[in-house]
Amino acid sequence: MLGYAGKVLYVDLTTGKTRTEKLNEETAKKYLGGIGLGMKLWLENSAAGVDALSPENPLVLALGPVSGTMFPTGGNGHAFISKSPETGAVGEAVSHGTFGSELKRAGYDAVIITGKADRQVYLWIDDDSIQLLDASSLWGKSPSETEDAIKDELGDYYVRVAAIGMAGEKLSKIACIINEKTRAAGRTGLGAVMGSKNLKAIAVRGTKDIVTAKPTEFMEMVKEFHERMKGPSTQKYRTLGTVENILINNTMNCMPTRNYSSAKFEDAEKVSGEALNAKYIQKIIACSSCPMRCEHEAVVREGPYKGTMARMEYDSLWALGPYTGVSKLDALIKAAELCNYYGMDAQSTGVTIGFIMDVHERAILTHEDLGMDAHFGNVESLLQLIELMGKREGIGDTLADGVKAAAAKIGKGTEKLAQHIKGLEVTGYDLRCLKTAALAYAVSFRGADHNRSSAYVVDMKGRVDRLKAEKGRGKIVKDLEDSYALIDSFIVCKNSRGSFYKELEDLARLYGLVTGYDITPEELTASAERVNTLARLINIREGLTRADDTLPWKVMNEPIPDDGPVKGAVVTQDELNLMLDDYYEARGWDPDGVPTKAKLAELGMEELTSIVESKEEA
Amino acid sequence: MVKIHERKFVSCDPEKCVGCQICEYACSNNKEKAFNPLKSRIRAVRQNQVVNMAVTCRLCEEPACIAACPRDALSQSEETGTVNIDKDKCNGCGWCIEACDYGAMMLHPETKIVYTCDLCKDNEDGPQCVKWCPEEALTLVTSDVLAQKARISAIKKLFQDRKPQ
Ligand code: SF4
Ligand code: SF4
Ligand code: SF4
Repeated sequence: MLGYAGKVLYVDLTTGKTRTEKLNEETAKKYLGGIGLGMKLWLENSAAGVDALSPENPLVLALGPVSGTMFPTGGNGHAFISKSPETGAVGEAVSHGTFGSELKRAGYDAVIITGKADRQVYLWIDDDSIQLLDASSLWGKSPSETEDAIKDELGDYYVRVAAIGMAGEKLSKIACIINEKTRAAGRTGLGAVMGSKNLKAIAVRGTKDIVTAKPTEFMEMVKEFHERMKGPSTQKYRTLGTVENILINNTMNCMPTRNYSSAKFEDAEKVSGEALNAKYIQKIIACSSCPMRCEHEAVVREGPYKGTMARMEYDSLWALGPYTGVSKLDALIKAAELCNYYGMDAQSTGVTIGFIMDVHERAILTHEDLGMDAHFGNVESLLQLIELMGKREGIGDTLADGVKAAAAKIGKGTEKLAQHIKGLEVTGYDLRCLKTAALAYAVSFRGADHNRSSAYVVDMKGRVDRLKAEKGRGKIVKDLEDSYALIDSFIVCKNSRGSFYKELEDLARLYGLVTGYDITPEELTASAERVNTLARLINIREGLTRADDTLPWKVMNEPIPDDGPVKGAVVTQDELNLMLDDYYEARGWDPDGVPTKAKLAELGMEELTSIVESKEEA
Repeated sequence: MVKIHERKFVSCDPEKCVGCQICEYACSNNKEKAFNPLKSRIRAVRQNQVVNMAVTCRLCEEPACIAACPRDALSQSEETGTVNIDKDKCNGCGWCIEACDYGAMMLHPETKIVYTCDLCKDNEDGPQCVKWCPEEALTLVTSDVLAQKARISAIKKLFQDRKPQ
């Protein structure tokens, strides 16, 4: 079957031994690739209750069936999968760029890294030759510096590198894995998993051909999608980019500000995508194979942050800016650059800083405790806190593991100020007034996360009453989740989702043209459901229950204070219960959120019923 | 023989190039029926995030590659100015690769014979990279036209800078 390289690489860092195994085609068809295949491989290679930062926790790197081809945005993605040190649940993060296509050309569908090296190393995958090379001189370097140093050392400037920064080395639970300098597998702290293995980077060179089963028709489809991706469905990403959301969300009163103190930011204009574009965006660049291009590179040309360069997205800008009350754009670009430098998820970093500022505002921790004046909106302390977190110094040590861990350490009721779900920090949509999104976040397998479904769109576009919790939302969330499972298993870019006019048909056609194996839209739907069910099963195996499908304290207890259409909005436990029941039912799970045996049989996942049974016995 | 100022080659506008490598994929697919940048006659270069450009053969007058070849394997087409490679003579020694300032001469990873851009002479619709580049960053131009364009943009910039603040 084409589309897949047909090989899985196993790397044991403890023994230094590597081996390859044939990719099981049945598994590939059932779980497609990307996060689907990656989670399956993770499950097969780990024991229940494994400590996320122990050598026994495998770090899986997985590609999709179209990786390495010219299919727009589909050729270039890769997914990291592991147990998240931040949530204890399944951790998964997708990134794009060029790294994924290079790895496919090296001949692998997935790499499974286990163990822990006895010294600092980086993994060098040069087609069939696999080596662990000394990384002691790279320790302490940023992902970008690491990339340059490795290219120099290997003497090949086309080598692609994914690396961690200091945060990952120091096991910060919000550390990410950065490829090609600015692209991050950002969420759920997988950078710390790499760090715990003494693994600084993965460098890849692939020289093999990638071919498709039906080349002529495939190229016709590529052409068609080039046109679509140059059209209205992706226009936003080509022009302002995701930062356009700052003004949109603000106008709709659904942009959480100052650690959820408000759903609106009075200085939104100052940090808007429009302002960023007018003053700072120097160039928009593309990932490999992508005709949309969306990576907005902001450069600061004057002032105290002169020379700063970072790629800005809505979530990083929102978290570092409105969420901490900071409204100086040049400082926010600096803040994003610092997050990249240390290799920390900018979103989790911003939310954690918003939290500590709230703690400070309420005088739970004083100026003296913190070593600075960390009031909302204080630019200097924003930057200082990022530095301290990256280095794990002072208060930064407390904050480096995200809000949940920070609140647990600080105590004094600060849990109520920690805006996270399952341990993962919230993202830029106020859940109190977006009830479909609230459900979606509560059930999302990796914690607070708009990227598992984009359910906020349903609320914001007015397809439902966004202030109402009612039956029917469960099915909406389920369908969206299934669609996103396909996106992340094929690994096409989420920004391109609008160009799949008929998602299932389009993806089924793509799969057939690439692999030569005809898949029906129905089979794809089943695969999508399988991926989400699999994630649930992993979480159940790791001990999560219905009680973990919940919302941050403020979302459930502090109504939106701002005057306007959403004033007083909050999500009550009753509302959440109603929506959870509805969702589990739509999924064919029992009222505790456990997939039924009948459902597993229907999806052809019988081999995993033991996970469900062990819970029944317990 | 076409005169140098009439000779067209593929030129990339770095202002427009976003580093997407689509030109590489299109070229390798056209020439080698595979997606493999290593087999592309044009290569996208990312110096840093904001400096991107794709480079291929410039069809030089008095090509350094030809001069460097110890086996007379290379010659220049009288008609188009592209560099022909005599596959029987080339032994992959790489002198031409070293001689070319643009990195436009490349060694084929399997045949170990060099290759470079031939302007897609077998394709009716011309250079495939130009056709596929989503940014229209690539054009088939003569150096004269390139010079004209450079002059115009230089003047534009000059007058922009001179605008009263
Ligand atoms: S296709 Fe065009 S924009 Fe993309 S790398 Fe090539 S020249 Fe640059
Ligand atoms: S390969 Fe290089 S030296 Fe030879 S003609 Fe082309 S650009 Fe000139
Ligand atoms: S003109 Fe043809 S051969 Fe030359 S670089 Fe472009 S696609 Fe390749």
